[in-house]
Amino acid sequence: MAHRHEVIVVGAGGAGLATALYAAREGADVAVVTKLYPTRSHTGAAQGGIGAALGNVEEDHWEWHMFDTVKGGDYLTDQDAAEVFAKEVIEAVLELEHMGLPFDRLPNGRIAQRRFGGHTKDWGKAPVHRAAHAADRTGHMILQTLYQQCVKHNITFYNEFHVTDVILEDGVAKGLVALELATGELHLFQAKAIVIASGGFGRIYKVTSNAYTLTGDLQAILYRKGLPLEDMEFYQFHPTGLYPLGILLTEGARGEGGILRNALGERFMERYAPTIKDLAPRDMVARAMYLEVREGRGVGPKKDHVLLDLTHLPPEVIEKKLPDITEFSRIYLGVDPLKEPVPVMPTAHYAMGGIPTTLWGQVIRDEKNTVVPGLYAAGEAACVSLHGANRLGTNSLGDLVVFGRRAGIHAARFAKDADYHELTEAHLGESRERIERLKRSTGKEKVARLRAELQQSMMDHASVFRTGELLAKQVEILKELMERYQHISLDDKGDAYNTELVEALELGYLLEVSEALVHSALNRTESRGAHAREDYPERDDQNWLKHTLAYKVADGKVAFRYKPVVLGRFEPKARTY
Amino acid sequence: MQVTLKILRFDPGKNAKPEWHTYQVEAEPTDRVLDLLHKVKWEQDGTLAFRRSCGHGICGSDAMLINGRNRLACKTLVKDLGSVITVEPIRGLPVEKDLVVDMEPFFAAYRAVKPYLINEEPPPARERLQSPEERERYDQGTKCILCASCTTSCPVFWVNGTYLGPAAIVQAHRFLFDSRDRGKRERFKALGSASGVWRCRTAYNCTEACPREIPVTQLIEEVKRAILFDRF
Repeated sequence: MAHRHEVIVVGAGGAGLATALYAAREGADVAVVTKLYPTRSHTGAAQGGIGAALGNVEEDHWEWHMFDTVKGGDYLTDQDAAEVFAKEVIEAVLELEHMGLPFDRLPNGRIAQRRFGGHTKDWGKAPVHRAAHAADRTGHMILQTLYQQCVKHNITFYNEFHVTDVILEDGVAKGLVALELATGELHLFQAKAIVIASGGFGRIYKVTSNAYTLTGDLQAILYRKGLPLEDMEFYQFHPTGLYPLGILLTEGARGEGGILRNALGERFMERYAPTIKDLAPRDMVARAMYLEVREGRGVGPKKDHVLLDLTHLPPEVIEKKLPDITEFSRIYLGVDPLKEPVPVMPTAHYAMGGIPTTLWGQVIRDEKNTVVPGLYAAGEAACVSLHGANRLGTNSLGDLVVFGRRAGIHAARFAKDADYHELTEAHLGESRERIERLKRSTGKEKVARLRAELQQSMMDHASVFRTGELLAKQVEILKELMERYQHISLDDKGDAYNTELVEALELGYLLEVSEALVHSALNRTESRGAHAREDYPERDDQNWLKHTLAYKVADGKVAFRYKPVVLGRFEPKARTY
Repeated sequence: MQVTLKILRFDPGKNAKPEWHTYQVEAEPTDRVLDLLHKVKWEQDGTLAFRRSCGHGICGSDAMLINGRNRLACKTLVKDLGSVITVEPIRGLPVEKDLVVDMEPFFAAYRAVKPYLINEEPPPARERLQSPEERERYDQGTKCILCASCTTSCPVFWVNGTYLGPAAIVQAHRFLFDSRDRGKRERFKALGSASGVWRCRTAYNCTEACPREIPVTQLIEEVKRAILFDRF
C-alpha cells in the first residue's frame, strides 16, 4: 500500500510529536509513523523535569543555563546550539504550559522548579532551581500533552509501523518503507520531508533505563546507507538506576536533597565534587560510583552497588514530589525509601551522539555541513550537538521540544516549495528481501541469545570506563556477532503481529549502532565527558576538541572524519565542580 | 522456583477460537510476569505475541488479565501470584493475536471526550497562573497511562462496547477540573450522551484494576455530579 504526506515524522515520542505539531501549525499535511502506540514512547519515562531559566524560585539567566550546558558537555557542545537552546527552552516551557501541561505550582501560582545535576547559578557557584516539573512524571506529562495537541490538530498516525528503509537517491530523501505489524505488509510512504525522531538505543547494554523498543533503528538504517553518525562514543550512564534492574530513579531525588552513600555510610561525592557534591553532572557521579565499588566500598553481598539515601527527607516531600520512584523501589525491590536507602548503580541511559544535524534539524552528510535535502532529525536520535560529551539532566526534554519545533517548522516550509518524488514498488525490494531472508533462514542462531551476548559484552567492554584493549576486543566480538547474525532463524514465519521478526530486525540495528559506538570510542584517544579512557585519562583539546563523524565502510570497517566544535562565548577550561 | 504459566493463545490464521497453552518456566520470586512471557518467547516459542515497551509500568503497553485480574505484566511480580499463573488478553476488545488486542475502539473513546485543554483566550506572555490547590484538584487524572486496564475490566463495557468507558471519563475529568479549561460544554455532549457517564453502574472494577491507583470510580462520580449540577 502507498501513502503520501508532505511531512512524515518517524517516532511518536516527545521530539516526534513536537515536530508533527509545529509542522501542522505551519500548514503542512503531516503524518507520524510509529512502531508503538502514541503515549507508549519512552519520553514518558522521563521523570525529573525540564530545565529553563524561568527564574520562578530564584534569580536565573539563560546565559547561566547555556554555560552549564557547555561545561556539562565538557566543551564538546556546539555553543551556537547551546545558545539557541537556553533562550528558546524558556519559551518552549511556557508554550507547554499554555497547551495545558500540569506543571507543579508555587504558592504564587507560577511553575515550580527544582534543583538538578550540573545546573548552577552564577557560573557554577551553587545549584540553582531550574527544572520545571510535574511530580516525578514530567516526561509522561510532556508526552501526554503533546499527543493531546496532535489529537486536537487531527494529525494522521500510522501506529505499530516499523520503518525498514529510508529511500535516499541522488543525495535526496524521497520516502520511507515500513512494515505494518498487524498484517506484515510493507507500505511505501512518499514524503517531501522526513523527520527522524525515533529515539535512542540503550538496549545495546545489559543494564539500561531504556525501553525494550529503543534499538537505534533509524540511526542504523542511515548508517548502513553511508550517512555518518556523530559522536557515538559519548553514551551516558545515569547514576541512579534501581539495582539490579536499571530502572531510572530521577536525579530529582538528589535535587530534593537525596544523598549517595557507600558501604561505610560516607557521602562520597564530597570527595569528587566538593562544591555541588551529589548534584555533579552524571558522567562524574557514575564514575565516582564505579570507583567506590572498585575500591571495595560497595554495598551488598557482592559489594557491587551503592545506596541512594532519602531517609532524612520529610516523608511528604518523598510522597508528593517523588511518588513514582518511591513506588518503583517498593514494588521491584521491596525497599521503602522512607525507611531505608535504595540500592542503585549506573544504568545506560542516553546517547549524546546520533544523526548529525544543523540548528534547524537538517541532516548533514559531512564535516562541511552539506545538507541532505528533505531529511531531518530531532531528539535523542539526532546530534545537533547540544549535549556534547555529556548531557545535563533535564536537557533532553528541553532538547526535544526546542529542536523538535525547529525541525517541524523547517520541514514544513521546505515541503511547501518541494515536489514529491516518484516511487515504485521496486523501492520495497530491499526491505522485502531482508525480511524474507530472515523468515526463510534455517540457521542455528537465535535472536535472544545473540542479543544477550551483545548486551553483556558491550557492558563489559564499552560502558563507563574504557581501555583500548577492551574496545579492540569488542571490535572483534561485534564482527563475530554480525557474522552469526546472518544465521538467525525464526520460529514465527507468519505475517500478523510477528514480533519475533521485529526483534530480529532490531537486533540488526543494535549491532550497527554498537559498531559505530565502539569504533568511535577506540578511535578517540582522550577522556572527555562520558567517554572515559583509562589509558588516556586526560582531556586533550589540542587533538580532540572536535566531533567524530563515523561512516560505515563494511561490517567491522569504519572511516572517520571530524567536524570542528562551534566555540564562541566560553573558552574550554578544566571541568571541576 | 518452577512456575506453570498458562497463556490463552489465539492465531487468527490457525485457530477458530483461543486455546490454552501451558509452559513450565524457571523463575525468581522477584521476576515480573513480563519476564516470564519473555522467557517463553525467547527460549521456548518465538511465535508468542504480546505488547510491551518500558517494562516498568509507565508506558501502558502490557495490560493483561493475570490470574483473573487486569494488571500490567511488568508491574506484577511472581511472588504475589504463586506458582501457577494464568495470562489472558484484556476483555472487551477484539483479540488480534495471543495477548494483543485491537486498541482502536479504546482510543476512539479517548478522542470523543476532546482530551486536550480547551481555552481560546489568548495566553499571557508568561505562564497561566494556577494555585497549588487548583493544580491538586485534577492531579489524579494526570497519572493515567491509557493502558485500558480500567475500561476492559468494566462489565458495562463488556456488554456495550459503545460505552465511553472509565479511561475516557478519567481523561475528561482531568480537563473538566483544570482551572485553565473552558471546554465543559463541548465535553458534556459526549459525556452526557447515551454512551456516556450514565452507563456507569459503579461496580468499582475500574478502581481495583488501575495500576496507577487512580480512584477511577470516584472521578466518574465527580463527572456525573458536575453534569447534574453544572458547577464545580
